[in-house]
Amino acid sequence: MAEKNMVEAIHDAMFEEMKRDDRIIVMGEDVGEGGVFRATDGFVAEFGEERCMDTPLAESCIVGAAIGASLNGIIPIAEIQFADFSHPAFDQLVSEAARLHYRSNGTWSCPIVVRTPYGSGIHGGPYHSQSIEAFYAHVPGLKVICVASPYDAKGLLKSAIRDPNPVVFLEHKKAYRAFRQEIPDGDYTIPIGQAETKREGSDISLITYGMMTHHSLKAAETLEQEDGTSVEVIDLRTVSPWDKERVLGSVKKTGKALIVYEDNITGGFGAEVAATIAQDAFDYLDGPVTRVASPDVPISPYSGILEEYILPNPEKIAEAIRKLAAY
Amino acid sequence: MAITKEAIKTFGLTEEQLLEMHYKMLLARAVSVRQRVLQRMGKGPMTFSGEGHEAVQVGTAFALRPGRDWVFAYYRDVAVALTVGMTPVEILRGFFARRDDISSGGRNMPSHFSHPDLRIVSGSAPIATQIPHAVGAALAAKLRKLDEISVAYFGDGATSTGDWHESMNFAGVHKLPMVFVCEFNGYAISVPWRKQAAIENVAVRAAGYGFPGVTLNGNDVLEVYGAMTEAVKRARSGEGPTLIEAKTYRLQPHSSDDDDRRYRTREEVEQWAQKDPIVVFAMSLHELGVLDDKSEQELNDRVNREVDEATDKVEQESTPEPESALRHVFVEGGASNG
Amino acid sequence: MVSVKEITGAEGLSRDQLLDLYYKMLLARTVGQRERMLNRMGKGPFAVTGEGHEALQVGTAYPLKPGHDWIVPYYRDIGVALTIGQTPLDLLLAHLSREGDISSGGRNMPSHFSDPRLHIVSGSAPVATHFPHAAGIALASKLRGLDELSVCYTGDGGTSTGDCHEAMNFAGVHKLPVIFVIENNQYAISVHVRKQFAVEDISIRAEGYGFPGVTVDGNDVLAVYAAMKEAVDRARRGDGATLIEGKTYRLVPHTSDDDDRRYRSREEVEEWTGKDPLVRYRNWLKENDVADEAKLDSLHEHAAREVDEATEQAEKAPTPKPESALDHVLIEERLAG
Ligand SMILES: Cc1ncc(C[n+]2csc(CCOP(=O)(O)OP(=O)(O)O)c2C)c(N)n1
Ligand SMILES: Cc1ncc(C[n+]2csc(CCOP(=O)(O)OP(=O)(O)O)c2C)c(N)n1
Ligand SMILES: [Mg+2]
Ligand SMILES: [Mg+2]
Repeated sequence: MAEKNMVEAIHDAMFEEMKRDDRIIVMGEDVGEGGVFRATDGFVAEFGEERCMDTPLAESCIVGAAIGASLNGIIPIAEIQFADFSHPAFDQLVSEAARLHYRSNGTWSCPIVVRTPYGSGIHGGPYHSQSIEAFYAHVPGLKVICVASPYDAKGLLKSAIRDPNPVVFLEHKKAYRAFRQEIPDGDYTIPIGQAETKREGSDISLITYGMMTHHSLKAAETLEQEDGTSVEVIDLRTVSPWDKERVLGSVKKTGKALIVYEDNITGGFGAEVAATIAQDAFDYLDGPVTRVASPDVPISPYSGILEEYILPNPEKIAEAIRKLAAY
Repeated sequence: MAITKEAIKTFGLTEEQLLEMHYKMLLARAVSVRQRVLQRMGKGPMTFSGEGHEAVQVGTAFALRPGRDWVFAYYRDVAVALTVGMTPVEILRGFFARRDDISSGGRNMPSHFSHPDLRIVSGSAPIATQIPHAVGAALAAKLRKLDEISVAYFGDGATSTGDWHESMNFAGVHKLPMVFVCEFNGYAISVPWRKQAAIENVAVRAAGYGFPGVTLNGNDVLEVYGAMTEAVKRARSGEGPTLIEAKTYRLQPHSSDDDDRRYRTREEVEQWAQKDPIVVFAMSLHELGVLDDKSEQELNDRVNREVDEATDKVEQESTPEPESALRHVFVEGGASNG
Repeated sequence: MVSVKEITGAEGLSRDQLLDLYYKMLLARTVGQRERMLNRMGKGPFAVTGEGHEALQVGTAYPLKPGHDWIVPYYRDIGVALTIGQTPLDLLLAHLSREGDISSGGRNMPSHFSDPRLHIVSGSAPVATHFPHAAGIALASKLRGLDELSVCYTGDGGTSTGDCHEAMNFAGVHKLPVIFVIENNQYAISVHVRKQFAVEDISIRAEGYGFPGVTVDGNDVLAVYAAMKEAVDRARRGDGATLIEGKTYRLVPHTSDDDDRRYRSREEVEEWTGKDPLVRYRNWLKENDVADEAKLDSLHEHAAREVDEATEQAEKAPTPKPESALDHVLIEERLAG
């Protein structure tokens, strides 16, 4: 066991997988010198420039070429420097990666991973902060993972690399170096599509993912101490496919659902969770299915003052828990 | 390039191969015509025609090794698909959206050719998105030290897209084993080339990516074949990509939904019909003594018979199970790369 | 009027203009340095500056008509913004994200220049998405019969994007009054140009769009000015676009988050420091008797003072109101808090 932060865990996941299987390569901007977040530090020394390849500044071609390489015996991990810069590759992800298997009636497939740092709270301004999971969770044929802790990141990234489908792997950049966690020495994976109950509770089910998991846990602690409210916190970890069973099971137990996400409230992934709970657990509900998310403004303004005002935080979450608990 | 015995000798083509080329061109033409007729009869909602492009398509595809080299075709490439090895039955299953359609099982539009065994890769409809895939396949071949090459086919309109540029640039930087084939027919639906770009020959752009570009007569199958052979040789020997721009003309509307009289004069179409690549090649083969009236008739009959039989067969075949629409969103059966 | 003897090699610029060029370069350098210093002091979370690019930026902006021609810059263009008329205070208000920041009111990162009065157009961070905007602005000028032209700036890395190609092609087809300036500093963060494109001079690509392309020594402000002047004249005549590539070097890391020692040898940086465009131009000014040492020193002092005052003022300026984060999503619409 060793303590690692999330970038180190991601680094290790790729490193170990590339050691295990020489079909795996990493491609992206600046990955050769270690990447702007250092996730591929030392890769060129270990694997050479061909397996850790700097690409021209052209995201559509990074993803498109990854798709093509995956057809011909390579397993590419494409790094997009920031999730905000995946938009030029939207067509390649949505029209191509997501649809190739389906449109060819199951005869072609494209095992690629598109890794990218996402999320706000680091003074990134409106172009180094976006949450993009809802765009891609909407598209059948893509798997979408959101991680914000070292252990989950490593186990899920390994699963993503081994998955025969295209996977969009979103790493919350605020969590890169914010936490350290014990990581087992040996190989381990976490199944895609499995949520984790990060905290057991009986009064309210709080469903969240990404950085909001940390904020939600903090809020849950506060509520336990100050109000004696027992909040169950479920980290989805994967938003497509997502773990409906665990979420519905918990809501049926507590009778109350609070969904917390960082993205804009309208059409964010939590809206899908809310709709599912409303439809499938209606008989069990003792209060309104409630959401805490960012208002509908571009996430997020650069100024720390403006950014803080927009984003959900433990205080805003705690307030929502109190309101819901009162029902 | 005039088709002379000497010229043919330099290509190293036998009489059988010349006849084979001619046959593929005829077959492609007949399959296109048949689909247009069937579409008008209401037997399929839509069709794309490759008529007029047969020399570019057969001339380039003939230089490839089917099942080893990678083909990223676009909707006009019926002759590419046939030359690499797809059959009229397989093409028509796509047209009729039959259950056993190898390209897509009735999911994609017709003429979105795909055939894994032949390494013809499934494409989508957004223009030029297949070009980065061709780059990726070539990159993989290079990384894996295989002598496979990859070919990206596209129209003149595609050259305006970001994906085209990003791909040309990437291929140049990595000296990839690939060929870019532009089937230059002067139109993107109704938009003429002069509104597409401010240059005459798109091949000049290759210099901006650090590799050669050639412009040639796309209605001369042997000229195309000659240039493609060169390009393939370059690619295989690690010298990098080539852009081939083959000037041609589509003799039919863009698709069954298009009325080209709105944007092309009948005189222009007529002029190009005079240069029909199939007629031109047949004449040369006559002059060379490779083809005579009798063998030409036989060849035509064979092609027609083949397409008739394919049509009859495919029309009888089953349509897809409705619930198959739910399948293959993800890889089934828990396969893993692990 | 006193007749002025033309100074050889001055590209027709007067003595005052020559000194003005120098002052703008100095000011750009000083602002860049100041922003990086403030960042290190913890006063602004991020800095991206253009030290080394001053000749290219000031030389290309100088032949333009401020407030008339359109500027579509990228994040390194401090020298462009200042030459067109933004003040050090404008830039520092953005750097410290103060309420009065004309660029974005604290919403965009610093160095995302915007100033509607000066026709400097707000940009985003994804590289080269502003290329089509520049083409569109020029299209509007053409359609409206205005003689305004538009200038689009980016780095060597920006040329690999689809947007760059699509915009240049569009500009070629419509013979638009637009000038594309490529500040080729040989790196896109850590990626060397040899991994970015397989050609020596990126200006060669202009031929593929049907307009001229030139490569100039981007550290020679007068050579840059001359090339730009020609492109501006061409665009105003209605003869269409030009691509100008200036070869230069950034003398500092990519941004305050970057450590360039990982990918650039100190010898290389040292070599280019020896070609500093400011030093080079300063020497030229002395050799050609445009100014003496004392005069040039006084300009340095003046620039330093201007930036000091701007810093002081910016630091005192109020921060934005938190609720203003909800403004301007759509016009005239305010979201409920
Ligand atoms: C990205 C995109 N834009 C628009 C279309 C609609 N469209 C289909 S074919 C076509 C013209 C393509 O012209 P070209 O590349 O010259 O090929 P051609 O059909 O002439 O062989 C257009 C605009 C599309 N399929 N994809
Ligand atoms: C679409 C996109 N991809 C990646 C990035 C991250 N990024 C910011 S600047 C930069 C390098 C740009 O290099 P260049 O165009 O040469 O300009 P320079 O910084 O050297 O002046 C990269 C990769 C981005 N901002 N946008
Ligand atoms: Mg065309
Ligand atoms: Mg650069």
